[in-house]
Amino acid sequence: MHNKTIAELATGLRAGDFTSEELTRAFLERIKAHDGQLNSFITVTEELALAQAREADRRLAAGEAGPLTGVPLAHKDIFCTDGVRTSCASKMLDPFIAPYDAAVVQRFKEAGVVMLGKTNMDEFAMGSSNETSFYGPVRNPWDVEAVPGGSSGGSAVTVAARLAPGATGTDTGGSIRQPAALCGITGLKPTYGRVSRYGMIAFASSLDQAGPMARSAEDCALMLGVMAGFDERDSTCVEREVPDYTAGLGNDISRLRIGLPKEYFGEGLEPEVAKAVEIAVEEYKKLGAEVVEISLPNTNLAVPTYYVVAPAECSSNLSRMDGVRFGHRCADPKNLEDLYKRSRGEGFGPEVKRRIMVGTYALSSGYYDAYYLKAQQLRQLISDDFKKAFEQVDVIMGPTAPTPAFNLGEKSDDPVAMYLADIYTIAVNLAGLPGMSVPCGFVGKRPVGLQIIGNYFDEARLLNVAHRYQMATDWHQRAPADFA
Amino acid sequence: MALDKSDVENIAHLARLAISEADIPVYAENLSTILNLVEEMNAVDTSGVPPMAHPLEMAQRLREDVITEQDQREHFQQHAPAVENGLFLVPKVIE
Repeated sequence: MHNKTIAELATGLRAGDFTSEELTRAFLERIKAHDGQLNSFITVTEELALAQAREADRRLAAGEAGPLTGVPLAHKDIFCTDGVRTSCASKMLDPFIAPYDAAVVQRFKEAGVVMLGKTNMDEFAMGSSNETSFYGPVRNPWDVEAVPGGSSGGSAVTVAARLAPGATGTDTGGSIRQPAALCGITGLKPTYGRVSRYGMIAFASSLDQAGPMARSAEDCALMLGVMAGFDERDSTCVEREVPDYTAGLGNDISRLRIGLPKEYFGEGLEPEVAKAVEIAVEEYKKLGAEVVEISLPNTNLAVPTYYVVAPAECSSNLSRMDGVRFGHRCADPKNLEDLYKRSRGEGFGPEVKRRIMVGTYALSSGYYDAYYLKAQQLRQLISDDFKKAFEQVDVIMGPTAPTPAFNLGEKSDDPVAMYLADIYTIAVNLAGLPGMSVPCGFVGKRPVGLQIIGNYFDEARLLNVAHRYQMATDWHQRAPADFA
Repeated sequence: MALDKSDVENIAHLARLAISEADIPVYAENLSTILNLVEEMNAVDTSGVPPMAHPLEMAQRLREDVITEQDQREHFQQHAPAVENGLFLVPKVIE
């Protein structure tokens, strides 16, 4: 049962091949058997899941079911879940029981989806290896010596290891796409504003976006159909019709124009990753697509720009974690300043502190123009590069990450080396565009991801382009041997 | 940009972060490295480029100025570190 896709599970539930309770128990058993080794969950909500499964079975029997009713999924622990600990993988929020549901969680609940639990992640989504979690690192099921990527590393691993058929993630600089690539699964970061950020703990508000992580483009389409849509509680959520993302999955792509940015195939890209991506592009040519070289000239400025914008926004967003209203509070504060400083000093890990300090510095008096204003101007140039490219092509393709998964501990003492793991994903967030990662091969035991970037609100096309590739190849069906 | 001990202490104070004395040199080194990365931005002349604050060109939505939230104070305060009479408790601020 655990090797079936979300689409197959939904069909089986409707046909009565198995109940949601049986399905949920099967996944809970797998979590018990394997997650001790992988650490992909922070909290497993067994009782709640079984209660939701029984309710889903009732809805299925009564003919009140939606397309995903009864399917079990996992949520990244950045989404508030009413009555369930929502830690953001931080000591700061270890005691935090969310008093309400995030919009994404609420939408899945209403669709009758069962929540298996909350997945591990980098602390406050700041990291590219899932090593900054207060609850310990997550291991990659393809090679347990390797990191799973981050920040949505727990979600990627739980899907890759078949502990859940799908999971939610969030992507601020690559946090869905990069772990999807490193774990050999399919992940989609939607256009900024496509999915409500309400109840999603804020890291960098002008970049954060939630999206689906699953084993196939079809499954991502099913999940996105539930997640996307207007929500007045998020001031940047876009009021725009949600298409049926599954309707056009099989559309012909024989006149698709693919742009390959020459800057994505230069220095720093591991040759075997480049080769896997080139073979994937050849497959698209066989499907009739036209491939042209394009240029995104400001690509090398995306990482520096991001490391002003994201820390600046995070230093502001995380000021709410002050030990007063929720979360960790230090013992015996001498005065209010001591309470703030020690609660925050004890509650945040080193990477979160670094980013808060970089942001505080960049926004401090006298430095604003040199850092924040400059970064916003570069953001405009980076965004303009994409605008020009999309006058010429329908989608942009390249590697999701410059290397396959690296070893645990390999980059954890060198923040800048870690930041460069997101070199191909960050510009997409700065521009607010949608992007996907699709499995396209291996380097040794470790998976490689093909990144597909689309124009604003072109998620349906991205899913179609990914699905056609998955009809012609079987990389997305491979399972890590120890967890098959 | 190289930050020294007093820069780090000042930034940590502005950010209301307690940092142990022993960790300051490491933060000084890490933050300096990150700022050096960031300064690669200066390679490009951006004079006249309008700053981009937001990925989508959209105006802020407005709504009627009416009460939309219900009172959920007790619900929201149940997991607060210290509460008394519906108020969040902090150490005395005014002597």
